[in-house]
Amino acid sequence: MTASPETRTVIPAAPQPGPARLPGIGTLALVRAGVELRSFVRERDAVIFLFLYPLVMLALFATVFGKEAEGIGDVTVNFAQYFLPGMIATGVMLTSFQSMAISIAVERDDGTLKRLRATPLPASAYFLGKVAQVLVTSALQTALLLALAALVFDVALPTDVGRWFTFAWVYVLGTAAGTVLGVAFSSVPRSGRSATAVVTPVVLVLQFISGVFFPFYTLPSWLQTIASVFPLRWLAQGMRSVFLPEDLATLEQTGTWQHGLTAAVLAAWLLVGLVVGTRTFRWRRRDDG
Amino acid sequence: MDTTGTISSGRAVRVRGLRKRYGTPRAGFKHAVAGLDLDIDRGEIVAVLGPNGAGKTTTVEILEGFRERDAGEVAVLGQDPAHAGRDWRARLGVVTQESRDLGELTVAETIRATARYYPAPRDPDDVIAAVGLGEKARTRVRSLSGGQRRRLDVALGIVGGPELLFLDEPTTGFDPQARRSFWDLVESLRDGGTTILLTTHYLDEAAQLADRVLVVHDGALVAEGPPGTLGGAEARTPVVRWTQDGEPRSERTERPTELVARLARETAGPDGEVPGLQVTRPSLEDVYLDLIGAAPETTKVAS
Repeated sequence: MTASPETRTVIPAAPQPGPARLPGIGTLALVRAGVELRSFVRERDAVIFLFLYPLVMLALFATVFGKEAEGIGDVTVNFAQYFLPGMIATGVMLTSFQSMAISIAVERDDGTLKRLRATPLPASAYFLGKVAQVLVTSALQTALLLALAALVFDVALPTDVGRWFTFAWVYVLGTAAGTVLGVAFSSVPRSGRSATAVVTPVVLVLQFISGVFFPFYTLPSWLQTIASVFPLRWLAQGMRSVFLPEDLATLEQTGTWQHGLTAAVLAAWLLVGLVVGTRTFRWRRRDDG
Repeated sequence: MDTTGTISSGRAVRVRGLRKRYGTPRAGFKHAVAGLDLDIDRGEIVAVLGPNGAGKTTTVEILEGFRERDAGEVAVLGQDPAHAGRDWRARLGVVTQESRDLGELTVAETIRATARYYPAPRDPDDVIAAVGLGEKARTRVRSLSGGQRRRLDVALGIVGGPELLFLDEPTTGFDPQARRSFWDLVESLRDGGTTILLTTHYLDEAAQLADRVLVVHDGALVAEGPPGTLGGAEARTPVVRWTQDGEPRSERTERPTELVARLARETAGPDGEVPGLQVTRPSLEDVYLDLIGAAPETTKVAS
């Protein structure tokens, strides 16, 4: 320590903890949300690979393939419009699943969780802070995707309430499922350093087989079947049902948007994530007792 | 030590027969803690000394509620750490051994956020100044040096205004001046009534800070007492060393002056000097090394 004039080594006695009560969950969740959001925006990797990635991909693909139309017969849309739902779905997956899985794995490994465990902060406030961070980043990302598509690439956004209602429930279910699955998956990487390497390929493979980069109908049917087990396929299809003309439902596997099944699959994954996540969550590294 | 078995409210920590072992039936068990008794009164600073692997950190982590015990009675601030809740946590401060976390927030942001977890925290600015991080308050944690990080750890441990503070090797990475300042801080915490359990490898730190020193070896207590009397009076008997007929000699005596005078008469050379003459009083470190050297090594048991 350099002996600076402001260096004091005496500390006043702590206030007497008599009538003071523990802070409530709501207050603590807000404090944690502030910590999470500030950490997120200051972490360059997270901002580039989780937040900006779908925006960059949309701009890139829409610019390169802008002239090509996707569709069937007379019903076609420009490439940006076809690509937008996939990028929204990807964004939801990145900001919920990938961001949770990597950040919790890293925080378990570097001792953040152990440190929090030593304070009176309840686990629920920690998770609420995470959820708030996911909600804010994901909502902002989706808004930017919609603005980019509408303002730069002339994508006509839906105008009827019914479609936005569909958008709302697909988005909420997808984000919720992604978040709890991210918590569950955070126990898979063996260390914080390997977290990105373990989580990213999972997300990348799902993107390729879920109709995010290539139209889902161009994939071999066996691959479609495999993809149908996982939530991203349903999230992407749900988003297509919002942003593509009704007639393009004929390009889907069954020729319909399958809203009922979409809701069921996403809800099932949400449940799986909740059960597995709460059962496998650890505050400490495996090699630390 | 009180062994009447009553749960005393005046006591910050009370441990009886604590046991913890690691391992599996096939590979054999290693007893990290093998029947430890421990009492800490309120307002006391107790230092736990012992070699690596002696069971210090395991014991501390059981007291902090991080680890489950295999057997024994443990009461920390009157409650069993294995089942205590948030109210109990709010009265503890914990500085663990290692930390690499909290990269992107600044020092001040980190301390302020943590203060808000507690019902009656200290003023974060007081805490920042007290650990000497005033100039670094707006620096991101990731760019702190090792010693500065450690001071942040201490700040986070005390910002909640704990009644009982656990410091697990708190001054690792401190330069000598930083350690002095840290000692002043610990003493002012004690003056404020904080009870402190400190583990350390630095004997001078224990001698400086602790009201009482516990020496742990192979998971059991081998000695305890104020730093000045640890190991008993005998362990501190001065040692006189000299060289006679080319051989190094030594003798422990309570009357070193008398011995030196006799040596001067009988063995001094033509110049009147006793070759290689030294009179030393064993330091805490010498006493400590004696204690753990003499302790039995019996902890590997097959089951």
